Amino acid sequence: MEIHRYEKIWTAAALLLIVGLIATVTYGALGPGVKMVDDSGGTVDPGSLGETEFADPGVTRTGENQYEVHVVARQFLFQPGTTSPIRVPANSKVTFYITSADVVHGFEVAGTNVNVMVVPGQVSEITVRFDEPAQYGIVCHEYCGAGHHTMAGQLVVVPEDEYDGGN
Amino acid sequence: MAYVDDFPTDARIVRWNMGVAFLALGVGGLFGMIQALHRTGIFRGFVSSADYYTVLTGHGVLLALVFTTFALAGLFTWGVTRSLDRPLPSPRFTMSWFVLMLVGAVLAAVTILGGLVPQMPLKADVLYTFYAPMQAHPLFYIGLVLFIVGSWLAGFDWFRTYWQWRGDNPDRRIPLQTFMVLTTMLMWYISSAGVAVEVLVFLLPWSLGLIESVDPLLTRTLFWYFGHPVVYFWLMPAYFIWYTVLPKLSGGRLFSDPLARVVFVLFLLLSTPVGFHHQYTDPGIPEGFKFIAMTNTMFLLLPSLLTAFTVVASIEHGARQRGGEGRLGWLRSLPWDEPAFAGCVLAGLMFAAGGFSGMINAGMNINYLVHNTLWVPGHFHLTVGTASALTFMAAGYWLFPQITGNRLRFRSLATVQPYVWFIGMTLMSNAMHRAGLAGVPRRTAEPQYDAVTFQGVVGGISEMRLQIAIGGTILFVGLVLFLVVIFGTWLAGSGSDSLRVNGTIPTPLSGPEHSPKILDNLKLWTAIAVVLIVLAYGLPLSALLADGLFAPGSPPIPV
Repeated sequence: MEIHRYEKIWTAAALLLIVGLIATVTYGALGPGVKMVDDSGGTVDPGSLGETEFADPGVTRTGENQYEVHVVARQFLFQPGTTSPIRVPANSKVTFYITSADVVHGFEVAGTNVNVMVVPGQVSEITVRFDEPAQYGIVCHEYCGAGHHTMAGQLVVVPEDEYDGGN
Repeated sequence: MAYVDDFPTDARIVRWNMGVAFLALGVGGLFGMIQALHRTGIFRGFVSSADYYTVLTGHGVLLALVFTTFALAGLFTWGVTRSLDRPLPSPRFTMSWFVLMLVGAVLAAVTILGGLVPQMPLKADVLYTFYAPMQAHPLFYIGLVLFIVGSWLAGFDWFRTYWQWRGDNPDRRIPLQTFMVLTTMLMWYISSAGVAVEVLVFLLPWSLGLIESVDPLLTRTLFWYFGHPVVYFWLMPAYFIWYTVLPKLSGGRLFSDPLARVVFVLFLLLSTPVGFHHQYTDPGIPEGFKFIAMTNTMFLLLPSLLTAFTVVASIEHGARQRGGEGRLGWLRSLPWDEPAFAGCVLAGLMFAAGGFSGMINAGMNINYLVHNTLWVPGHFHLTVGTASALTFMAAGYWLFPQITGNRLRFRSLATVQPYVWFIGMTLMSNAMHRAGLAGVPRRTAEPQYDAVTFQGVVGGISEMRLQIAIGGTILFVGLVLFLVVIFGTWLAGSGSDSLRVNGTIPTPLSGPEHSPKILDNLKLWTAIAVVLIVLAYGLPLSALLADGLFAPGSPPIPV
């Protein structure tokens, strides 16, 4: 097969670009430790969330500067998040466990890397550090029914000395 | 002699397929403009925010499935019969797949539009992705099944024509256009099996009440097994035009036939084992399989990058045949006032931009930034909405005279139309990309969320909204211009004017005799493609099935 010289150079450059792109992601995973959402959250029965750790969703302290937040997404609210904001202290490491009681939802904390799908029967687990006090909006970014555009919430990172433990 | 004189029956089937495609494009495009105005808050008088999702479902299904597949069926019927120089074997069989696809499309469309009529029990505003457990009316799923089975039979029709030709020509290389059609259809058979299983085994029985619950992650995974390859099902007919028609329109001939074959084989091999890249942010799927899907996706860039070279080289060759000179000066010698040429080239140009934003999507960690934001529709309006759609329109300008025997009408409208599309898409998609970076979600009826501030990286959110609305309106104007030209040409009745179009396609500079024979071994490539899929999907699918076919299960939730 005849391949033109320029074609060969172009193909080599294209392969270099591809390998380079894969390398950046590999570096992101091994160097800065960017972790993907995976199957670590396990599965639950969406029909009986009351019998699981999602029975009473909210924030729990699990260690010094370490918190867990259980969130249930349902048409059309986050619980907690929508009626009352999720409150965590600054300078903390927060692990979210999110599941759905009905259809597929999304959970995006706008302005952060927290951006996951919420699938009934599955638990999305993602850990994030909050260093500074701030206010973030939470948006459902997967169409979940006629009221989808009303499904939003808030996450408040309060100064450490003002944090009272509740949410 | 035009194509319609040589193949009158096949010309009719090409016309009808393209006709249905362009009607779907008209309706879907109107829905698109309604969405652009509604969700930006510019004009919200068409529908309520709850009905917005019905319109959105119609837009997605009519454009991403109906328009693209019918356009492909028209182009491929033309390509197979032209390049093998023989008609499809049985007009009755050909009609049967056309009718099956049409009935399926109409059923799905009627079920979706039923959502706008409160008295009707039909509803299917489940969007183009129809994720369970959100449930549509059973007729929606039945429509999808008929449509896909119709497309399978169409592929069988083209294979059958090829086998007959092979019987008469045991030693010849497969003509390039037929080669492209066959590899595309092999890819389609492999990948659409996923959605066929999803709908037939799970969603249809579940919507009819025969089974109680389905596993949302499993059905979602089956959807994306098909959901990315379907993108190549839209794109490969555009490549088919860029490789075989565009060089001629530029005044020259294809640079390399062997490379074109390599590109289509790569698509066959790599299109399917990539679906997990739509599920990077899904729970329940191990990270390793996301990584495998990512490497496959990145290597899938190769056929597109090779195409960029071959197509540009062919165009440059054409320009130099027309007297173009200089390092870049040859660009001036191209027929920029020829709508078929301008449409294809502008589509290719936008595809380059869409390819780059696709590389961002494919990077599994960067994806967190843009997943399910407006960036994503910004991306695929460049790929499907321009690379495929504008190329099919451009092909229509060139093909309709040949399949109707009429000269192209309203030529001046046709000349500006590709540029109108290009400008509209530039405004809309750049604003969508930037809004996505600011975190604005896709698939929502509202311009803003009270409690959420989105920070734009470049420019303000209100300026982006305005650009999306203006861009969407310009696109609709471009669409109307196109429909006037095409249906004007079709319905004009054959005048006494002789055709200006010359349908012959010159032989490539480097012809099939330079390509190794193994490239034509379709069985080998299909086998390798299947092995790659088993590697990418075997373990995760068996893990999803380990706890039972329907568990963890969700009962249907009506929309």
